[in-house]
Amino acid sequence: MSAITGTGPLIVEPIEPIIPSGRRRTRMLQLPKSAKIRVGLALALFFTLLAILGPYLAPFDPNASLTTTTGIPQAPSIHHLLGTTQVQQDVLSQLLAGGRSTILVALIAGIVATALAVLFGVAAGYYGGWLDDLLSMLANIFLVLPALPLLIVIFGFLSKSAAPNDLLIGLVISITGWAFGARVLRAQTLSMRNRDYVTSARIIGERGWRIMMFEILPNLVPIVATSFLFTVIYGVGAYTALSFLGVISVSHWSWGTMLYWAQSAQAAQQVHVEWWWFLPPGLAVGLFGTALALLNFGIDEFINPRLRAAGLSRRALRRAGLPSRVQLGLTPVIRTRAQAERRSA
Amino acid sequence: MRLIARRIVLYLLTAIVAITVNFFIPRLMPGNPVEVAIGHIEGQVTPATIHALDLQYGLNTKLSLIGQYFHYLDQLVHGNLGISFSSYPATVTSVIRSALPWTLGLVGLATILSFVAGTLLGIVAAWRRGSWLDNLLPAMTFFQAAPYFFVAILIVAVFATKLGWFPQNSGYDTTTLNPGLNWPFLSSLLDHAVLPALTIVVGSIAGWIIGMRNMMLTTMDEDYVLIAAAKGLSNRKVIGYAARNAILPSVSGFSLAIGFVVSGSLLTEIVFSYPGLGYILLQAIGSEDYPLLQGIFLIITFTVLAANLIADFTYSFLDPRTRQEA
Repeated sequence: MSAITGTGPLIVEPIEPIIPSGRRRTRMLQLPKSAKIRVGLALALFFTLLAILGPYLAPFDPNASLTTTTGIPQAPSIHHLLGTTQVQQDVLSQLLAGGRSTILVALIAGIVATALAVLFGVAAGYYGGWLDDLLSMLANIFLVLPALPLLIVIFGFLSKSAAPNDLLIGLVISITGWAFGARVLRAQTLSMRNRDYVTSARIIGERGWRIMMFEILPNLVPIVATSFLFTVIYGVGAYTALSFLGVISVSHWSWGTMLYWAQSAQAAQQVHVEWWWFLPPGLAVGLFGTALALLNFGIDEFINPRLRAAGLSRRALRRAGLPSRVQLGLTPVIRTRAQAERRSA
Repeated sequence: MRLIARRIVLYLLTAIVAITVNFFIPRLMPGNPVEVAIGHIEGQVTPATIHALDLQYGLNTKLSLIGQYFHYLDQLVHGNLGISFSSYPATVTSVIRSALPWTLGLVGLATILSFVAGTLLGIVAAWRRGSWLDNLLPAMTFFQAAPYFFVAILIVAVFATKLGWFPQNSGYDTTTLNPGLNWPFLSSLLDHAVLPALTIVVGSIAGWIIGMRNMMLTTMDEDYVLIAAAKGLSNRKVIGYAARNAILPSVSGFSLAIGFVVSGSLLTEIVFSYPGLGYILLQAIGSEDYPLLQGIFLIITFTVLAANLIADFTYSFLDPRTRQEA
């Protein structure tokens, strides 16, 4: 492709230089055309910004009791856009301040767990033998061991000796979150171990870690991405659950601690349901998870063309010229517009 | 049967890991576990209790760490999980025994319901591509991504507090009824279980639907499905052939899901003040009742392992290839 830039000596006829580069660009841009990926990306971006800017945007100190004259949570008003808690703390400020810790812990857990999954999974699949047996067994043990009760026991003892620290929390959560990714990556590495290009790299005399890093890993990128998103979702869930239970200090603001306080005041059981107290943090956790799950669906559809056709609505199917009823024996393939043009040309 | 044997070895190893973690964590903490225990017990501590605690942890008995470990195993085998700090002098075993049936009943029922309904909906979603079910998927994803206890709070707020259709909390009407095999108690039991069970179903069903749908889409492209249709079999039969094979990953994925569901139901119980393990777990955390915490962890682990084993047996029953392997 790079030879068709118009400067090469082999090109005699003038070729519009726009075509190759332009076509490549549209293909890159076509990936996010899936509505799922677009919505997911937008939401993920929003939450990232929230994590960075949230604490600075908070109009009040999340800990401060703003008035002592009443012990009843105040409904949203112009002063407090999301109302107040029982001790008159501003819910919006807590939401903005708590987002950072929640998202940070989830990201740390996701990054560390994915790194562990890649390390263990690829090594187990590539080397095989006793290392594979050992690592696979370890992964299987962590898969069946119920994670939340284990985390509760660890944090129950840990919180006595250490102050809440987002890095530490993320690291501990990652211990319980790597196994699934490792298993999937191992299976995929296993299928690549004996492909020709890996064998030739081995014959050339490349070292093991280099083959794994530069020959095998690039082919695993979609799986690594899926596994990362999956672990971040897991991290949010685990961290929120742990703070909701009060195992992690309840004065360390996160969306989970907000729900802890709302639940201990029985906000949902009060006659006038105090929805402004529990709805924002819960929705925030759910939407953040949904954003990542949507991205995951997008990646799945990118890898598996069958799912790509299945994800379309009836109208979109008709537009793509596909029947809305299943036709057995036919795999509907959705082409990008560039591919379709190339075919008809 | 080799598969089953391999899985049993794995579960035994997992159980050993859980027990070992449980053994070492209190000993890694600063201070003597017996002193910690005495500091936490509410009420009068007699010298006999201190002696009992010494024996239980194997301290002051000149046992080596390995010796203490085997001593601990011996206690476990005899069902001795120690004394609960918060409900002293009750033992951890008795506290857990009173709560376990509630959790087992709730989780078991809700999980089976969710699995069956989710799998059926997944089949429909794959067969009727682009139908309303596909449009529901993002909403279901939200309920799966949102924490169980948040879903529980929403359900309490809407169906119990606002609409008043079902009770807000506890496992049965504790003010007027006594547990027994009579209609008022059983109906109250059912009435109180609806919302917690609904929470667990709502929180877990999306996973089953999506998994089944995606697997169905792949299976429907197989040649034997095409042949079944070409032979002129009815749609129902063709779907049956595809579904039977597509369900296998769902069954093997069951072992992954059950841990999540159990954890989720613990949190659900807390919101509903349902008298199961989740509820005593919250009490244990609040009063730093470490023996109870650890006991709950062990019991949940063993329960999950047992559920896994059942899923494995089902799998080898459904898939003859796993039986032939040996």
